[in-house]
Amino acid sequence: MTAVFLGIPTAPPGVGHLRGDRSFPDAAREALRDGQLRANLGHATSTIRAKRAAVVGELPDWAELREAGRAIKAATMARLDEHLIALEEQVTARGGTVHWARDAIEANAIVTRLVQATGADEVVKVKSMATQEIGLNEALEAAGITAHETDLAELIVQLGDDKPSHILVPAIHKNRAEIREIFLRTMPGADPDLTDDPRQLAMAARTHLRERFLRARVAISGANFAVAETGTLAVVESEGNGRMCLTLPDTLITVMGIEKVVPSWRDLEVYLQLLPRSSTGERMNPYTSLWAGVTPGDGPQEFHLVLLDNGRTAVLADEVGREALHCIRCSACLNVCPVYERTGGHAYGSVYPGPIGAILSPQLTGVEDNASLPYASSLCGACYDVCPVAIDIPSILVHLRAEHVEAQTRTTPEAVAFRALSKAMSSPRLWRLAQRAAGLGRFLARGKTTLPNALPPPVSTWTRTRDLPTPPAKTFTQQWAEEHRS
Amino acid sequence: MSSREEILGRIRTALGERGPVSPVTRGYRTVDVRPAEVLLDVLVDRLEDYKATVVRCGPDEVAATVATALAAVQGDVVVAPGVPSAWRPEGSVEDDGRPAVDLAGYGATLTGVSAAVAETGTLVLDGSPLCGRRALSLLPDCLVCVVEAAQVVGSVPEGLAVLDPLAPLTMISGPSATSDIELQRVEGVHGPRALIVVLVA
Repeated sequence: MTAVFLGIPTAPPGVGHLRGDRSFPDAAREALRDGQLRANLGHATSTIRAKRAAVVGELPDWAELREAGRAIKAATMARLDEHLIALEEQVTARGGTVHWARDAIEANAIVTRLVQATGADEVVKVKSMATQEIGLNEALEAAGITAHETDLAELIVQLGDDKPSHILVPAIHKNRAEIREIFLRTMPGADPDLTDDPRQLAMAARTHLRERFLRARVAISGANFAVAETGTLAVVESEGNGRMCLTLPDTLITVMGIEKVVPSWRDLEVYLQLLPRSSTGERMNPYTSLWAGVTPGDGPQEFHLVLLDNGRTAVLADEVGREALHCIRCSACLNVCPVYERTGGHAYGSVYPGPIGAILSPQLTGVEDNASLPYASSLCGACYDVCPVAIDIPSILVHLRAEHVEAQTRTTPEAVAFRALSKAMSSPRLWRLAQRAAGLGRFLARGKTTLPNALPPPVSTWTRTRDLPTPPAKTFTQQWAEEHRS
Repeated sequence: MSSREEILGRIRTALGERGPVSPVTRGYRTVDVRPAEVLLDVLVDRLEDYKATVVRCGPDEVAATVATALAAVQGDVVVAPGVPSAWRPEGSVEDDGRPAVDLAGYGATLTGVSAAVAETGTLVLDGSPLCGRRALSLLPDCLVCVVEAAQVVGSVPEGLAVLDPLAPLTMISGPSATSDIELQRVEGVHGPRALIVVLVA
């Protein structure tokens, strides 16, 4: 069953960052020409892959944790409405206010109104994929409210007037020298003797943000988890910028995708083991903040939770694709992906890049709005292997490719070719003829193992990116028949 | 129709006919059976791996140990209101509930913890008088946490089981850090740049 058939809306166009302005192959071609980008990505992803492998290898029960992580998410989705109602009840009982947002437009309007009600004209932000997705910063800016990103990588992206390219490390495409240059250019009062030592760069960010934290009256965060039975929210971070935002201001507004809810407190024992080891390759991230509503005398005295749909219910309607909602945003699949490692995140055009983005973005927007993404994969399966909640990304990619093909009303040369192939493969006689005809390809190969790729259009669109092996002198069935003739 | 009703309605439509929910199998380890001394060693190993400083002492030596550890730290030491007087170094002051941002003026903070998880090197503060409000363990640049041996559990599941989900909890694993530049870990960003753990056994 698809969302379109059921009348469930996808994420609206014209707001937020789920759609690129060109197709993946076009954007990727440009990225692949950038040698610096490829060097930066290769260095960063190989570093993190080694760290992850080491700390995952430490746990003898990783497979069991992974299975529990998968099963909890599947069970949560199966009763998502009930868990959200329970969460709302618990958060409200502890002094929080819950808001529901159908889409990016409504969520941005709610948050803007809440900030305006405090009289503040600036907010500090904890890194959050949901607020990136809905384009909250742009919406606030349009209302005259300045949003300060406080995560180091988000700050680099914001100061550099750039776009995030990774779920965990949005500035992964920049190396230390480039970051130094951005800081020197954009931070008022930056020390001209600043070197590109990562420690010095981190200290420059500390100085730059310190005063903003201390004067902030409103903070905006996302959430990694929300426990339905207790109303406890969780933010997992490293730098302490999250703690600053969650602790110092008077008002806290948390924007959370509806799929982030988990049923019970105990479920966190699974995810707090899976997430840090999969994302930063640490046994535990430096800081995890957990809070339920408002605590008198400690932290924000006004708490708002915005529950965001923005296409998630449309994803839920697809029985195969809904597994994409299990994602805990660790980014392990990005770091192992041979495609991501070469193109980087910008080529995907969405705030969700890499393998998870290739199945999540097209489902949130409707597959026709991100039609090239399900093909942005070699289907090697490395993403599935590392996924801490065992999302079968390759199968969903294939599922979405099929959905895209079925949505086509115009016949493509590829479709014609495959229809012919399908016909040939359904008839032994036609298949043998076809094989014999293909054998003529040996003349084109001139003794090489692959056929030349300089074939004329429209065939060239297929062969440009694929090596066709030279047909063998004898087919398998011929050889079998010869060897078993007796 | 309200947004709430509409979203809940979409979920119900998306899920359609509901079968039974598949049970969750929790086949992972929920207890760590290693002896207490081993767990303490694991905790120390993990803390030091993440660049925290660990000092061990007997129950009567806490104040002196804290004072020695803080000898090089500039500024006053502020303690959480529930910290026992026997732990407080001479000259330290108690958190008087001043506006949170004013805590930034202190040089170091001394708190207890509500639990410690050996396997991940994690200390948990729960906002109780012993641990203090959250800003207290955040703003001063050096954080000293006193951990009593009996508070140490082996695994994450055992740690969560002793915590109150309704309390404002902060899990701390080493000093603040970032991996945002070339995915290389650097200790010390916005939170305390130094974490000193006093292990009382």
